[in-house]
Amino acid sequence: MSELTTDQIADEMFNLVKEYAGKKRFKASDLTKEIIAKHGDSVNKKDCKAALRVLMDSGRCVYGYAGGSFISLPGEEGAAKQ
Amino acid sequence: MADHKLRETPLLDELKKGPWPSFVSDMKKMAERKPMVNDLLGQLELSYKEKKGHWKHGGLVGVMGYGGGIIGRYSDAAKEFPACAHFHTVRVNQPSGWFYTSAALRELCDIWDRHGSGMTNMHGSTGDCVFLGTTTDELEPIFAELTEKDWDLGGSGSDVRTPSCCNGMARCEYACYDTMDACYNITMEYQDELHRPAFPYKWKFKFSGCPNDCVASIARSDLSVIGTWRDEIRIDQAAVKEYADSGMEIRANVIRKCPTSCMSYDGKEITIDNKNCNRCMHCINVMPKALRPGTDTGATILIGGKAPIIEGALLATVLVPFIKMNKDDDYQEFKDLMERIWDFWDEHGVNRERIGECIERVGLGNFLEAIEVDPLPEHVHHPRTNPYIFYEEYFEEVDDAEAQKA
Repeated sequence: MSELTTDQIADEMFNLVKEYAGKKRFKASDLTKEIIAKHGDSVNKKDCKAALRVLMDSGRCVYGYAGGSFISLPGEEGAAKQ
Repeated sequence: MADHKLRETPLLDELKKGPWPSFVSDMKKMAERKPMVNDLLGQLELSYKEKKGHWKHGGLVGVMGYGGGIIGRYSDAAKEFPACAHFHTVRVNQPSGWFYTSAALRELCDIWDRHGSGMTNMHGSTGDCVFLGTTTDELEPIFAELTEKDWDLGGSGSDVRTPSCCNGMARCEYACYDTMDACYNITMEYQDELHRPAFPYKWKFKFSGCPNDCVASIARSDLSVIGTWRDEIRIDQAAVKEYADSGMEIRANVIRKCPTSCMSYDGKEITIDNKNCNRCMHCINVMPKALRPGTDTGATILIGGKAPIIEGALLATVLVPFIKMNKDDDYQEFKDLMERIWDFWDEHGVNRERIGECIERVGLGNFLEAIEVDPLPEHVHHPRTNPYIFYEEYFEEVDDAEAQKA
């Protein structure tokens, strides 16, 4: 049983994306690894997968593409403004 | 009659000449009522003139919650061609085996006509029905209309790409498992992986019913499932005689073309040394009434095929020589294997690295060990080229230690 709720994990993921906005592009697996590294055995990949879904469905983050897919804050349509 | 001025395209018009259908003719017809297509023709003409492309690719475009299915395209000549400033592609998950009713096709075309350029690609190389060209504002309305009619978007980016299959048992007597059912089942099972990119790079499944591999899964997919059998090729000797009587040169066209020389013909009957058959399908294709695949059927799973994008092209290699593609247990053996492979790839794959490249980097032996698959002779890709054999000493040390304990 996870000690963190799905919403809490989603919030932590969102904070990571926000903190590193413009500096680092997180893939879904990067966020999962960060959360597991921070909380150890109290979270697992399945919890993180559910949290990612909550995060993306909330609209706080969006998927972007630049060679590979990454998770980002909603903003300008990348290539549209270049 | 168009209510906008049609672009002049002397270079593109050259492509209308000749006996073959031309995409330019089709686009010109569409350009009369779609300014987006008119400007697209203008931009393409400019590209032909300047010998350079004018598309920008990528960005944050998509529909809420999904990371796949929409491919952002923007023109870098938007001032000159404003109607195609946005020209996003929408991938729609095709039905297994690409079977549509005409009503379904009309439904798709009507949706696309209302919200996009009206141009389609039936089908893209991954297999999706591809809608070519729309604006960001239209994406959510298109998605809403598609899902209301039970369609869904396909994959794009670093996710499971829309699985595809041959039409298998629906039309083909060679199918060794139900490709359409397997493809549908796997598509539904991995909806999350299909719509929410979480992998180092793209992942493609393709399902072929027999070794003819009509969807070219061995070359075009990361995980290729090719139907096969493990008993004997069924022979109808009466039909063999009919072929011979009708003038077929059985020795020249069948026996001598067997790549492993496992067949013989005494002028009356064919015999096959099935242990040496490599399932090339040549004899069965040439004499379909006389020869058929065996009855103990299943599939071979191959891994690592890809087209040249980052690194060169790879043909998939055998991972599991034979697996029963069992509908009754919901393909559980296959799915368990997938979980182990994805766990490994998640852990060890680097950004934009396909599984085939990852296996080449870490070594097949390490990969097999990690996914708990025992090494088999079928995993040998080619004879060794290095004549030196190095024994790993630690195995001996462990053995010594255990011997001392005993």
